[in-house]
Amino acid sequence: MAYDPQVRERLVTDAQQIIARYPQDRSALLPMLHLVQSEDGYVSPDGITLCAELLDLTAAEVSAVATFYTQYKRHPNGEYTVGVCTNTLCAVMGGDQIFSELSSHLGVGHDETTDDGRITLEKLECNAACDFAPVVMVNWEFFDDQTPSSATTLVDEIAAGRDVVPTRGASKVCTFKQVSRVLAGFDDGLADSGGGANGASLEGLRLSRENDWRAPVPGSDSSTSTRKEA
Amino acid sequence: MATTLTPILSDVWDKDRSWTLDAYTEHARGYEALRTALGRTPDEIVTTVKDSGLRGRGGAGFPTGMKWGFLPKPDGGPRYLVVNADESEPGTCKDTPLMYANPHSLVEGVVITSYAIGCNHAFIYIRGEIVHVYRRVLKAVADAYAAGHLGKDIHGSGFDLDVTVHSGAGAYICGEETALLDSLEGRRGQPRLKPPFPAVAGLYARPTVVNNVESIASVPAIVLNGARWFADMGTEKSTGFGFFSLSGHVTRPGQFEAPLGITLRELLDMAGGVREGHELKFWTPGGSSTPIFTAEHLDVPLDFEAVGAAGSMLGTRALQVFDETTSVVRAVLRWTEFYAHESCGKCTPCREGTFWMKQVLRRIEAGQGTAQDIDTLLDTCDNILGRSFCALGDGATSPVSSAIKYFRSEFEAGMTTPAWELFPYERSTVFAEVQA
Repeated sequence: MAYDPQVRERLVTDAQQIIARYPQDRSALLPMLHLVQSEDGYVSPDGITLCAELLDLTAAEVSAVATFYTQYKRHPNGEYTVGVCTNTLCAVMGGDQIFSELSSHLGVGHDETTDDGRITLEKLECNAACDFAPVVMVNWEFFDDQTPSSATTLVDEIAAGRDVVPTRGASKVCTFKQVSRVLAGFDDGLADSGGGANGASLEGLRLSRENDWRAPVPGSDSSTSTRKEA
Repeated sequence: MATTLTPILSDVWDKDRSWTLDAYTEHARGYEALRTALGRTPDEIVTTVKDSGLRGRGGAGFPTGMKWGFLPKPDGGPRYLVVNADESEPGTCKDTPLMYANPHSLVEGVVITSYAIGCNHAFIYIRGEIVHVYRRVLKAVADAYAAGHLGKDIHGSGFDLDVTVHSGAGAYICGEETALLDSLEGRRGQPRLKPPFPAVAGLYARPTVVNNVESIASVPAIVLNGARWFADMGTEKSTGFGFFSLSGHVTRPGQFEAPLGITLRELLDMAGGVREGHELKFWTPGGSSTPIFTAEHLDVPLDFEAVGAAGSMLGTRALQVFDETTSVVRAVLRWTEFYAHESCGKCTPCREGTFWMKQVLRRIEAGQGTAQDIDTLLDTCDNILGRSFCALGDGATSPVSSAIKYFRSEFEAGMTTPAWELFPYERSTVFAEVQA
């Protein structure tokens, strides 16, 4: 199967925009693979062929790259990837229990998709939100401070076709394909949606405000310096 | 006097729409440092950053200004700045909230740094698993172009700069600077043999500076307030401020921006201590690749020298705190599974060593360890450490060897009793009390 001409033309136009961002064409490969996923929901054989053709690579060279990175899917992905962090800290804080609860609730294991194609469940490595552990990501948006029951409610909402809202992130979670297009570097207009820092991110700042702790003023003498004797 | 916090990069985080150019301009003297910098020579900026003593905030702690100074003399060809925003070290969670709530501090730092090193095309390589952060940095760059902070002849200086915001696709190894460069070139993210270092042959084999997000975001404040201001914070050899990220079994985890040299005891006081009814068992000073510490290290100043002297590394100041309910064997196994999963496979000691340590630790966790297992683990660590291209393999040995050093008896217990019997796992969870 090959892309129909209109789809192909659209993808080529997008890919050319991506290539133009870099001094050397091959640097466009990772974003182009995200672009392929935005069309096909995974790194499809057609997508590999297209990338190879546009970047003057072999299909084997493109596949070698695609298989190295965990965000590139080798089978059609669900509309929503629900990823549970099970790296040490989140696992200890409850990530393991959350994963096993979701796995039995959805009837799928790691990297498996529900029959309706709605949800792909994954175990994730550390997603840089440890102060909000345990963390669940839905299509790479943060759902902080989860419990087995909050996570179950979350997947039920997704399964029922309702929009879900991250605890830190955009005003709603976009689909896997939509998010893949953003990761290819195409603005979807949502950057200013959603809130700012919250919760644990603000803990130190909250204390600083409470105690009137500030950074030193430039030029102030050493008596007000925060420097410690080594 | 006890150390207090120094909100600098986080100072705008509680402002309305803190991530926007308007908020950055209004509340953080946004892009004033850029104008100051453009009025100086590039060499003066490099000198200022050298004098400040700023050391890389991505873990290794290499002096930032010195790194810039390693670039060879201009030869007319391109030179690049690549920002490492692939924050993935377990426990590390500082660059992500920074880019989320204050992306312009990074963008301004990118412009100043590029000016200082003679770069006209900079890249910000962001891990792909934080999409809203990616959106915000992409938008911050677009807004900076629109405001004339990027593009051609920036503020009439004659200096041109383009910035490309690049998304990764899920690979811890790409946080290693040469793997990141290979990835940015559209290849599998595998580390390169060094030398040559990126300063000589980096992106597209051209002179390249690779710096962490927090390092670059600290540059505008240094330019604005002076090297002396920065160097007066922290300790003699570990100057300035940085984020300390407390996570795990603490009452109020979070981000604490403080001078280097603060201690975990001080930070724990601020965070309300270890969660109620529990006590500290072990912690990482700077992510999972830094050897663990115990309660005896509560007063170690968290700077590069003191943490090193105490047998670990400051790393990324990712303080993961575990209380007495936690099985150290379970924790170490999970970290080892992580390293085995993320090893790129290029070097045999790392690829095979992490794989076999995982097998051994699994049986110890299950209470089926053998009498030789501890020795096998330590021997395997010896055969990984220092024997691979990059530091991933070295990092993989840290939790194993340090945990055996401090908690050997728990590994011995793994010859007879499963870890989940010694330390029922549900007791460690945040919802343990609620369920009880």
